[in-house]
Amino acid sequence: MPALYAAALRMTRNPSDAEDLVQETYLKAFRSFGGFEQGTNLRAWLYRILTNTFINSYRSKKRRPAETELDEGEDLHLYRRLGGLEAVLASRSAEDELMDWFTDAEVKQALEALPDNFRIPVLLADVEGFSYKEIAEMLDIPIGTVMSRLHRGRKSLQKQLYEFALARGLTGRSAVPAESD
Amino acid sequence: MADNLDHDHVHDHDRDHVAVPVDCEQALAEIYTYLDGELTDEKRSLIAGHLEGCNPCIEVYDFEAELRVVISTRARNETVPESLRLRISEKLTLFMRGEITGTDAESSIGQPPAPDA
Repeated sequence: MPALYAAALRMTRNPSDAEDLVQETYLKAFRSFGGFEQGTNLRAWLYRILTNTFINSYRSKKRRPAETELDEGEDLHLYRRLGGLEAVLASRSAEDELMDWFTDAEVKQALEALPDNFRIPVLLADVEGFSYKEIAEMLDIPIGTVMSRLHRGRKSLQKQLYEFALARGLTGRSAVPAESD
Repeated sequence: MADNLDHDHVHDHDRDHVAVPVDCEQALAEIYTYLDGELTDEKRSLIAGHLEGCNPCIEVYDFEAELRVVISTRARNETVPESLRLRISEKLTLFMRGEITGTDAESSIGQPPAPDA
């Protein structure tokens, strides 16, 4: 349940709606368990219910626009924006490094800043690890659309993370916190 | 015979691919699809081959792979409220007893304040 609840939070962007969404998902899953086909992926099935419930009840009740566009910014990966990490990579384990660069709140905020139609594919792929095909089925869109939304959603997410890094002065000099040496 | 033709064809095909390794630009263009595990075996091994011999590209790959872990770990770090666990287990108990159906539990997610107002 923690992963499902976290995904619901990233979708609805508020705890009260996320709780309702998780509860509804569980009940729908129980009710329709008879319709679950043996051999299909149980986890993907559950997330499909979660995603559809979110899209159908939340989006329609709020009368949100179904589709929002993202600006086509320049195609710069966060890696390049941060100016290469040779010194950092050489001095410490890069994994410890990067994990320390961003807080939970920053990553969540960056994700939640994406419009629904980009946020959900990015959430399902990068956070939950579903395949393009699974996401295409959950959202009922072509695989090519999944790929292009992932491409643009990720770009926008990295841009937002870069803004956070910039604001905290992590770029242009060593990203290693002061106590590291 | 047809069998021989098929074999010749396969060999030509293989040779073509070995002869055309990908460059940095091509490798980086596919880096996310590679990371997503969504490339064909053929393309996957071409990209892997390039990464193996190219330090700048492997650094980009490592960065993207680690960033993925950071995003996934950070975004999933939530504690489920005890009240939600209780609520769901109560609803499921009622549901199992047949006292409610799944639809009875339709929530008020994002409902407008007053439909008839």
